Amino acid sequence: MSFQVLLIEDSPGDARLTREAFQGANSAVELHVAVDGLEALAFLDKGKTAPVRSPDLILLDLNLPRMDGREVLAQIKDDERLRTIPTVVLTTSEAEADIVTSYQLQANAYLSKPVELDAFEALVASISDFWLARVTLPQKNLADG
Amino acid sequence: MRPIKKEGIMEVLLVEDSPGDVRLTREAFHHAEISVRLNVAVDGVEAMAFLKREGEYAEASRPDLILLDLNLPKMDGREVLALIKQDLNLKTIPTVILTTSEAEADITKSYELQANAYVSKPGQLDAFESLVKSIGDFWLTKAKLPQRRQSG
Repeated sequence: MSFQVLLIEDSPGDARLTREAFQGANSAVELHVAVDGLEALAFLDKGKTAPVRSPDLILLDLNLPRMDGREVLAQIKDDERLRTIPTVVLTTSEAEADIVTSYQLQANAYLSKPVELDAFEALVASISDFWLARVTLPQKNLADG
Repeated sequence: MRPIKKEGIMEVLLVEDSPGDVRLTREAFHHAEISVRLNVAVDGVEAMAFLKREGEYAEASRPDLILLDLNLPKMDGREVLALIKQDLNLKTIPTVILTTSEAEADITKSYELQANAYVSKPGQLDAFESLVKSIGDFWLTKAKLPQRRQSG
């Protein structure tokens, strides 16, 4: 069984690093990338009618073109059908205001991207170990039950 | 190599009525070499008093992380979770459900109530220790948490 992860990230370099880090962490992850907030919401909207496409986990950058990560987070957590998907903020910002705002908007966790490659890989390994191996995720497809 | 998150020791509130599970959790943090101050509330009423610093808990520290069992005496974990996530001050504290229940209704309800994560307690000791280590690694060394206070 593979995990569907939606990465909302406008930097192709960071998207590539994340993909490689998941491969290195040995997770059975299928990584989908949305490059801005509008694309992310369109992707999630499709998943509502085709449950197999709904991600198990969302990794969300805060600073994004067109619609920023805070707005995306607010929309996910306001939507009854999306709000149960764990949404982890993954950003370069370490500003206390961003941390507090994200938790207020009910981000499931807040992570800041380390600049060093080793530390970034360790972070992705920790995400993979906790969220994809330990956490019990909500079932996506109620029709299976 | 361990990232420095913030000054001082991490504060964890464990809401758990089973003394055996409390002891296992404490030992697992110790074995994982994660420095935490583990505060324990044995039911939901005590947990809310601790979080709101009422009565004997007037001097209680704000937790960095809450580990919350669902099945508790007096006030159950679902109600504690709802109260935490309705409170503007408390809702920013990551609250991880740690329970023996694997019922889909409990899982879905917890995420709807905005639990930060839902984790089932494994029956085996080794698996439990490795779970606590993973929780500690992710939440206490990797995740950025809101500051407890402005300390000088």
